[in-house]
Amino acid sequence: MVSIAPKTSTKQLREILRGTILYGLICLGAAVLIIPIFWMVSSSLKSWSEVLAVPLTWLPHPPKWSNYPQGWTALPFNTFLMNSCLVTGLAVLGDVVVSSLVAFGFARLRSRKSTFLFMMVLATMMIPYQVIIIPQFILFKFLGWVDSLKPLFVPAFFGWPFFIFLLRQFFMTIPRELDDAARIDGCSTWRIYWNIMLPLCKPALATVAIFSFIANWNNFMAPLIYISSQAKYTLPLGLNLFSGRIGGTQYHLVMAVSVLTLLPIIVMFSFAQKYFIRGITLTGIKG
Amino acid sequence: MRREVTSKEKKLRHPKLSKLARKEELEFYLFISPWIIGFVFFTGGPIIASFLISLTNWSILSAPQWTGLTNYTKLFTDPIFYRVLLNTAYYSCGSVSLGVGGSLIAGLLLNQRLPGLRVFRTIYYLPTVIAGIPMVLLFLWLYNPSYGLFNYVLSRLGVGKVGWLWDENWAMPAIILMNLWRIGGNMIIFLAALHGVPQSLYDAARADGANFWHQFIYITLPMISPIIFLVVVISTIASFQVFLEPYVLTEGGPANATLTYVLYLYRNGFQWWKVGYASTMAWILLVILLSLTGIQFKLARYWVYYAEGK
Repeated sequence: MVSIAPKTSTKQLREILRGTILYGLICLGAAVLIIPIFWMVSSSLKSWSEVLAVPLTWLPHPPKWSNYPQGWTALPFNTFLMNSCLVTGLAVLGDVVVSSLVAFGFARLRSRKSTFLFMMVLATMMIPYQVIIIPQFILFKFLGWVDSLKPLFVPAFFGWPFFIFLLRQFFMTIPRELDDAARIDGCSTWRIYWNIMLPLCKPALATVAIFSFIANWNNFMAPLIYISSQAKYTLPLGLNLFSGRIGGTQYHLVMAVSVLTLLPIIVMFSFAQKYFIRGITLTGIKG
Repeated sequence: MRREVTSKEKKLRHPKLSKLARKEELEFYLFISPWIIGFVFFTGGPIIASFLISLTNWSILSAPQWTGLTNYTKLFTDPIFYRVLLNTAYYSCGSVSLGVGGSLIAGLLLNQRLPGLRVFRTIYYLPTVIAGIPMVLLFLWLYNPSYGLFNYVLSRLGVGKVGWLWDENWAMPAIILMNLWRIGGNMIIFLAALHGVPQSLYDAARADGANFWHQFIYITLPMISPIIFLVVVISTIASFQVFLEPYVLTEGGPANATLTYVLYLYRNGFQWWKVGYASTMAWILLVILLSLTGIQFKLARYWVYYAEGK
């Protein structure tokens, strides 16, 4: 805190006024941002007649908890949940293990082509998914993987450029003397990676795991393109189907299932907020 | 550091790599091999394949026919293509300017030396966590013309109701506005950048009698301009890929008002199975994004300030 001590009372008054205005603006912004979330939860607990009430009500009374089981069982959401868990779990595993492996190679092992190849990694970060989506679809169709969950998680096992970049930046901050010492003691490269670097990089790995979880849990376009049979739907596809099928105005049920879909992410956010923030500031790029 | 020196010396003495360096090089390729395979099959290969496919007339079911540049001439005479370009440019300008401006203002507000701002940082960031389909469905509900919250608030304020997603003129602004809700991610980036501006600069300016506005224009903005540039470049690329919102909320309507580039690409490729035509669109998208990024880098030298050198 470097603040110049107020000397006169008018200066003090000005400081107080400035503080009040700033707090006012900050609270206003916070209110605007938080109201949609409040509205989502509030709507999810309303009865249908309350949803359609014309002078609308802010709070449901009484809260109708049965919306949640009613919405959840209207479609096979348990199946969608299982599919989402499978895809997200495997994709997170792939991203954490493989991206860290590749990042370690770029951060620690010397090669004449290392810089050039790393530039290629950075370049592919800039390529929009939509540009490569058609050849990728044709490739997976050729492999017979269309309408299976494989196209949704297999690419994660080949490293994702953004995570490779993020982890490489983190590996670079760890002193090289550490692996030199281990090497002198006869440690293999693999053990340096597995037993020394990975344990030291837990915070960065947690960030990658969280970003990967959110990206895969929310992923819509890839499942939309690859999955056609309902038994293989993921939660976002199921939720979209539900919203379309239920149609019109039964938003209390749509919001109830939406809240349930978001639950894992909200829980994760409340426990691991610092990893979200760190991931963004570490790379200067949002995930 | 010792290893680095010896290896450089070795390189000087023997142009061929030593046994140890060769082993390290081999291990390097082993470690990055997943990415190399992935690059060949999932990124680099598909980009080349995409160009080849764009030269064909292919419906996936039958064999592709070589048609040369026909798809490209067809695309440039397709009136919907120009509509789609215009729509996407509209969305991009709106969402990038408002999004970057909004997140910068939020960052400035939360960078003040006031107690209790940590809680607000969490609140401002929270909406970015609520992404994807749940967010889109939430806004579908908020924008509902008869029962939605937004029109209720507007009518209470004495302003008339708005058709939002169902109104040709309001549908795109509605989609732009809803993305303003997610300024938290960029706000965190700006907060980190603002944190890095040396306090001594402000102290010196204040001693010279600079007011808040002067400090912002002459210190804050130049000092964080590299980060603003980075955020603008990334937001522009992301904005050209908007798909989920128009797909779910408006299906490109009303009257094609929200038919965006990627939505039209998706329809051509995966609904009408005009794979060649969709690949042409994909390639043009790549060219557009590369040129936009290039132009932004060219313009950067007029407004981005790099403290060290350059």
